[in-house]
Amino acid sequence: MADHPVPIVTDDIKTPLVKTDTMAHLAPYPGTAKHMEPMGFPGERVENWQQKGIEKLGELLKKYRSLQVYLDICVKCGACTDKCHYYLGTQDAHNMPVQRAELMRSVYRRYFTPAGKMFPDLVRAVDFDEEVLQKWFTYFHQCSQCRRCSVFCPFGIDTAEITMAAREIMNAIGVGHKYSVEIIGKVHQLGNNLGIPKPALKGTLEFLEEEILDSTGHDVRLPLDQEGAEVLLVAPSADFFSEPHIQSLMGYAKVFHQAGISFTISSYASEAANFGMFIGSYEHQKKIAKRVVEQARALKVKRLVVGECGHAWRVAYAFWNTLNGPFDFLDPRYPAPQHICEFTHDLIQRGALTLDKSANDNLRVTFHDSCNVARATRMGPKAGGQFEIPRDLIRASCNHFFDMDEDTIREKTFCCGGGGGLLTDELMDLRVKGVVPRVTALKRVMEQDKVNFMALICAICKAQFTKVLPMYGIPMEMVGGVHQLVSNAIQLGAREGVV
Amino acid sequence: MLTVLAYIVVIIFLVGFLSRLVIYARSPAPLKIATTPAPTTRLGVVWRLVTEVIFFNSLFKGDKLAWAGGLAFHGALAVVLIRHIRYFVDPVPAFFGPLQIIGIVAGVVMAGALGFLLLRRLLIDRVKYISSPADYLFLILLLAIAGTGLLMDFALRPNIVAIKANLMAMWSSVTGLPPLNSAGDVMFLLHLLLVAVLFVIFPFSKLMHAGGLFFSPTRNQVDNPREQKHVNPWAEP
Repeated sequence: MADHPVPIVTDDIKTPLVKTDTMAHLAPYPGTAKHMEPMGFPGERVENWQQKGIEKLGELLKKYRSLQVYLDICVKCGACTDKCHYYLGTQDAHNMPVQRAELMRSVYRRYFTPAGKMFPDLVRAVDFDEEVLQKWFTYFHQCSQCRRCSVFCPFGIDTAEITMAAREIMNAIGVGHKYSVEIIGKVHQLGNNLGIPKPALKGTLEFLEEEILDSTGHDVRLPLDQEGAEVLLVAPSADFFSEPHIQSLMGYAKVFHQAGISFTISSYASEAANFGMFIGSYEHQKKIAKRVVEQARALKVKRLVVGECGHAWRVAYAFWNTLNGPFDFLDPRYPAPQHICEFTHDLIQRGALTLDKSANDNLRVTFHDSCNVARATRMGPKAGGQFEIPRDLIRASCNHFFDMDEDTIREKTFCCGGGGGLLTDELMDLRVKGVVPRVTALKRVMEQDKVNFMALICAICKAQFTKVLPMYGIPMEMVGGVHQLVSNAIQLGAREGVV
Repeated sequence: MLTVLAYIVVIIFLVGFLSRLVIYARSPAPLKIATTPAPTTRLGVVWRLVTEVIFFNSLFKGDKLAWAGGLAFHGALAVVLIRHIRYFVDPVPAFFGPLQIIGIVAGVVMAGALGFLLLRRLLIDRVKYISSPADYLFLILLLAIAGTGLLMDFALRPNIVAIKANLMAMWSSVTGLPPLNSAGDVMFLLHLLLVAVLFVIFPFSKLMHAGGLFFSPTRNQVDNPREQKHVNPWAEP
């Protein structure tokens, strides 16, 4: 792997001066016909792409109120300009949310507003030409759709909506991002992003059962495709194969075991992640999510529980019901779907689990709120439960917990730098720079509070941090899942499960 | 003459503004995208929007300077607009007596806030970078409106009684012109024409944030996607 310049981390998150085109070189790998066509997208850029692109924009304006309103009402107050982690890390003007959106707004004005048609220079309206398309392809793949900008915008303008629309328009004219479309293809084909076939999945789960048996002496099961189980667990597929993800998967299994609640994983719906959202495709989102609902019915489960994954939880929590609901065939006593943190939290509240905090006494823990969980979902009945429930789980599992700077947590949390379909090697330069705000806040608690573990609830966060933190001299063992802590602390066999 | 112009301007403004709102209202919101933590009840959403409109909550979190300048400008504008009602009703209710001085102070605050916002746009490199000529022109136009208004109060007083009498008559007269006997009268005409320009560009510009905010899905949606199925009207079954 090539060496990437690593920014210097200072004591505090500082807003850099604007520069032009510092990241103009970093476009992602384009999707080829092999990946694009099976998705229903043109295999290469269509001949009349300008016209088709404008038509698609017009179509999306009629389908998404968010897009129509957000393209109209920005007053360029600048409140968002210093909020994006990619701007803070790269100084690139187009990574200021307003300026990223401006790439689309300037085209929108040219073709859809009287002012842009009559006075393009006055209102900065531009033709949808080759140069603009290149900028779109580059900078709409430098947004992780984390929605931090939308928190601070006086009108709630959500750049993620604009990025999604831009990617949908580009896919419609045959200009796609290889990483995302390739992954979606794998889900449609094999049921998960990693392309794990059933036998491999089965082998892994059996291996993990042995692993838990060896380390704890308890026969904790990780069942696959078991009809009649109480719960269908839908985890990000990284949980089956990657470190530290797999530690959380073992944690979930131990919780189910100890609570005496039967569960199953599905080989057909072995993926919580939904990259359909990243490319703005309602149809692909729906198709991916449909596998889960079909399996919930086929396996006759009563509950749906989703593993630790940020945008997956967004799609599950906020979109599943609209996409493929209602879930009236499930047990109405539980939210559908339920986050694994809600699930475990509920069991702790009811006294079903015994946790020995001292098992994590070697750890001084902080928590990174995942962007999509923090700003697009909820856990539990109360607004803000998505912040409190994971923290409650951590506090129940360890003795030493410290929050990072309040401007970098909860709704103001920073993206890990790898979300939104950007977790790909060719964008490493962006990923390394985009993590700067989080690293700055993390380093501070590492110094002040001797923190040595950052708990996560997202597969992308886990993959991104294990890859980029070492470049900042922070060992990859520094991060792991919340259920990794639960896994360490849970006392198997301490008492009979209560359900 | 002016009457015809006034009618045209008001019609452009009303039709333009309302038709934009109709477009916003009619365009579907296929998915639940509230920026969380968000209210879990309809009443909570109303409160969220009310506080956004009155206190600019999100902007306060985001940018203290823009918040201070923006709130001062909008608050002062509201007071100034209320004070202006006196020019359109006859007889003027007693309520407007004490409002006179408050309105004038508000006019000064409004001009000051606009100047502050203009300086901010010029002096902060990021904000300067994102500003188009149009963004400056809006501020300059508003400053000119506030400036001509204040000049009439402090220096070049027009014959306001005659103007008002004329205005009241104008609604029913096509040929009526305001008096143009002094510099103050000219100032009034200028003030009126600048406002007319503002009204005409309003529906076609970023000034639509005034109505658009209420249609922002991240702010106006109830956070209850699990409890209640949100239906996408264009989804295929």
